[in-house]
Amino acid sequence: MKIVVAIKQVPSRDSALQPDSSARWVKENDLTYEINEPDAYALEEALQLKEKHGGEVIALCAGPERASSTIREALAKGADRAIHILTPDPSQYDSLGIATLLANSIGDENPDLVLTGLQSDDYGYGQTGVVLAELMDRAHASIVMQVEVMSGSIRVKRELEDGWFQHVVLPLPAVLTIQSGIAKLRYATLMGIKKARTKEVKQVEATPGGAPTVILERVYAPERSKQITLLEGTPQEQAEKLAAKLKNEVRVL
Amino acid sequence: MSVLAILEQTAGRWHRMSWETLAAAQSLGLPVKAAVIGDAAGLASKKLDAAIAVQHEALETYSADGYTAALAELITREQPCLVLFPHTYQGRDFAPKLAARFKSSLISDVVKLQGEVFTRQLFQGKLNADYRAAGSITFASIQAGAYNAEAVQDGACTVETFTPATPAIRTKAEAPFRESARAVDLSSANLIVSVGRGIQEKENIKLVEELAQALGAELAASRPICDNGWLPMERQVGSSGQTVAPKVYFAIGISGAIQHLVGMKGAKTIVAINKDANAPIFEVADYGIVGDLFEVVPALTGAIKKLR
Repeated sequence: MKIVVAIKQVPSRDSALQPDSSARWVKENDLTYEINEPDAYALEEALQLKEKHGGEVIALCAGPERASSTIREALAKGADRAIHILTPDPSQYDSLGIATLLANSIGDENPDLVLTGLQSDDYGYGQTGVVLAELMDRAHASIVMQVEVMSGSIRVKRELEDGWFQHVVLPLPAVLTIQSGIAKLRYATLMGIKKARTKEVKQVEATPGGAPTVILERVYAPERSKQITLLEGTPQEQAEKLAAKLKNEVRVL
Repeated sequence: MSVLAILEQTAGRWHRMSWETLAAAQSLGLPVKAAVIGDAAGLASKKLDAAIAVQHEALETYSADGYTAALAELITREQPCLVLFPHTYQGRDFAPKLAARFKSSLISDVVKLQGEVFTRQLFQGKLNADYRAAGSITFASIQAGAYNAEAVQDGACTVETFTPATPAIRTKAEAPFRESARAVDLSSANLIVSVGRGIQEKENIKLVEELAQALGAELAASRPICDNGWLPMERQVGSSGQTVAPKVYFAIGISGAIQHLVGMKGAKTIVAINKDANAPIFEVADYGIVGDLFEVVPALTGAIKKLR
């Protein structure tokens, strides 16, 4: 089974984020980066499918030069090779634009499966995988929690709302968006990290996108709509003030 | 210039977010039509230019292929300038595909529509962003709770039926199911202490457990905690878990991504403890402590024990 996993590099989860001077994106100077968490689960699922059914896992990533570190990590965990689409300024692309870049680079690979996380932690559009399926004219399932391979098809468990699930059978080739928690994430081994150095990373220049249909105009800190009482002091003082509020104002003690 | 609101129904039952999306559509002051795959009779008493029931036996079970083909046909006929959806799990599965079919990008999970500006959140709610649409047709989905369902304007409209061509459907869906009967029903809990990623390790959960015990509260968690197996799935609060409305909800080390907020916004009082002063949880909280939960939580447990 040949599997392409689309992964993205995003600012680390605990980053302090501030709009940059253009107010089109955030200040990147002091940020550290990591793999988008749902994409880490998509990669894990791809590696497990390969271990069960054989084949090849190709990591696909659109991003600036810095994304190389995330690609190396995917290779160290077990991806066989990678394609890096160099996009110096990803903010030039809307969701259709990014999916078009990814679809074009998958081009002749003809994978049986394309996996990606259900959404990114930065833009959070939650649609790259679904749009990719449309552009590649393949069936898709989103928010997938489990994948069973059958002959010529797959049966997946989709998450629905409020604790409901559903099984869906899709013909191969197909595209899946993977939910966090589908499997336990592995760590890269020392051997894996060593091997990753010799694995192929094909770098391709991004083709200029068509005119975006959606333009991000301004990034800003949200305003607080609700009046909040912030309790100040040492942790001990904060705790005592809160306990007093719970007793006297909220009346639950 | 007109708006087409595509609403959601499952087996004749309206999804509550349908009404929020309709309120969003009506707020623009443009002519609005509403369509639903299913039965549109419930729309006859709304202030609309028309209600459209999209009906075909191939659409009785949801599929992205079927819904996309049918709605693409309807949109081509109606020529709206703006198409709105509720940002439900189902909408997330087909709306981006439908937008792509019209060479457009869906503006997903929008919290505010104002003239030509669409506001949505970045970084799980830490920042906001304003978007402008540049194409001749715009697709956008509305976040849960962003508009008030009660604000839907009543009126009268005609209900018509639209029968699309038979769609080609590649997938086969089985009946939805629930994993198991829920042993824990958080929806009736009076007090809930909920723990998130900030707790860092499984061993630390006991700190929060002790607080819950001191309060006589139920213990709950955000999704990552249950994904890691640190607490059972049945204690998960949020869009994929339980929806709760306790008297007091304590969010400990929970940043407040929208997927969590939709599950607990209905709490009467929200208390948030988080080290990041910019965490979105503080936007919905009534009482907040910006600080290290590993220091604050044990101190709070002690202070509560003293006052009881």
